[in-house]
Amino acid sequence: MEYLSLFVKSIFVDNMIFAYFLGMCSYLAVSKNVKTANGLGVAVIFVLLVTLPINYLLNKYLLQPGALAWLGDKYASLDLSFLSYIVFIAVIAAIVQVVEMVVEKFAPALYSSLGIFLPLIAVNCAILGGSLFMQERAFANVGESAVYALGSGIGWYLAIVALAAIREKTAYSNVPAPLKGLGITFITVGLMGIAFMTFMGIKL
Amino acid sequence: MDANMKETLLKPIFKGNPITVLVLGICSSLAVTVQLQGALVMALSVIIVTGLSSFVVSLLRNTIPNRIRIIVQLVVVAMMVILVDQVLKAFAYSVSKTLSVYIGLIITNCIVMGRIEAFALGNKPIPSLLDGLANGAGYGLILVVVAFVRELLGSGTIFGLQVIPQFIYDAGYVNNGLMILPPMALILLGCVIWIQRSIQKDLQEK
Repeated sequence: MEYLSLFVKSIFVDNMIFAYFLGMCSYLAVSKNVKTANGLGVAVIFVLLVTLPINYLLNKYLLQPGALAWLGDKYASLDLSFLSYIVFIAVIAAIVQVVEMVVEKFAPALYSSLGIFLPLIAVNCAILGGSLFMQERAFANVGESAVYALGSGIGWYLAIVALAAIREKTAYSNVPAPLKGLGITFITVGLMGIAFMTFMGIKL
Repeated sequence: MDANMKETLLKPIFKGNPITVLVLGICSSLAVTVQLQGALVMALSVIIVTGLSSFVVSLLRNTIPNRIRIIVQLVVVAMMVILVDQVLKAFAYSVSKTLSVYIGLIITNCIVMGRIEAFALGNKPIPSLLDGLANGAGYGLILVVVAFVRELLGSGTIFGLQVIPQFIYDAGYVNNGLMILPPMALILLGCVIWIQRSIQKDLQEK
């Protein structure tokens, strides 16, 4: 039940895009049509789901204050948390590289549809943001962090596919010239954000 | 200072602004614009990080193997961000608490990586440093403009000081609570782009 509530909450209430603006760059750049948006969204879910549990374990057994206690009493007082940025981003960059190679070898069809997006994902704020939020919220176990990863990935996916669908339609509408393209997209995302705020009151 | 360097310094501020023209670095920018103070600290941090990491990567540019350059760049940027984060934690703890994860997210701020890829890898260290600083400043400018409007209309304050006088509230004026909510940052940014593109017609998209 806790898992379910965390899952729903991370999709709708704490939506990566609308509540925290994470992963905005690729969100705006790759949302011109639904097909590519779909590809990037799936890739984000996938990478989040792989990296977050790994970073969770690293945080628990390496980085947080007192995490090295399993090595012996001598290490129990160490606090390596200042290293967390560099460790998290290195894990993410490495995993993205590995995932890219594995997908290329074993699922060429998936690779040809995801291929160009995978390297982009290493610098997608949603991935690093997921890890940093995971650290800040101190989840109880790996399961929770995996559920959180899946939920926020799906939330990101929903947001990008919805925006891509809207942009496909607004391509035909008569927008004032200075607002065309980027400007109207920002305003659209803002309005979608206001719509998503209706989920805020949900208590599970 | 020759004309070329001046161009490097001035272009990112308005004509080639990283946020409104290149669409880089929106990720971490909007969540910190509720208060001017947070936005200003964020802007300064980004200026320092973009400047220094462009400089360092430019120094290393001939020795980085092309295949693994992304990881090398990320490590350099992460190191700079850790420095900024530690300094903030030591000297401005309350601001660093309000900015929470967004300081860490400067690592994946596309401006930093974008300028490294587009400029620092092909230029000498000093121009790269200037390019990084100028792009950080262009980013900071937008951040401060959005934060100014949001704080003024949302809470009636500037840098936490009350600027809308009491008698206006007595006459029935109410702060616009919508301005404090996250989506308004996006809508305001849309308006900033609208204004900029009405002035500079050549930026308009077809």
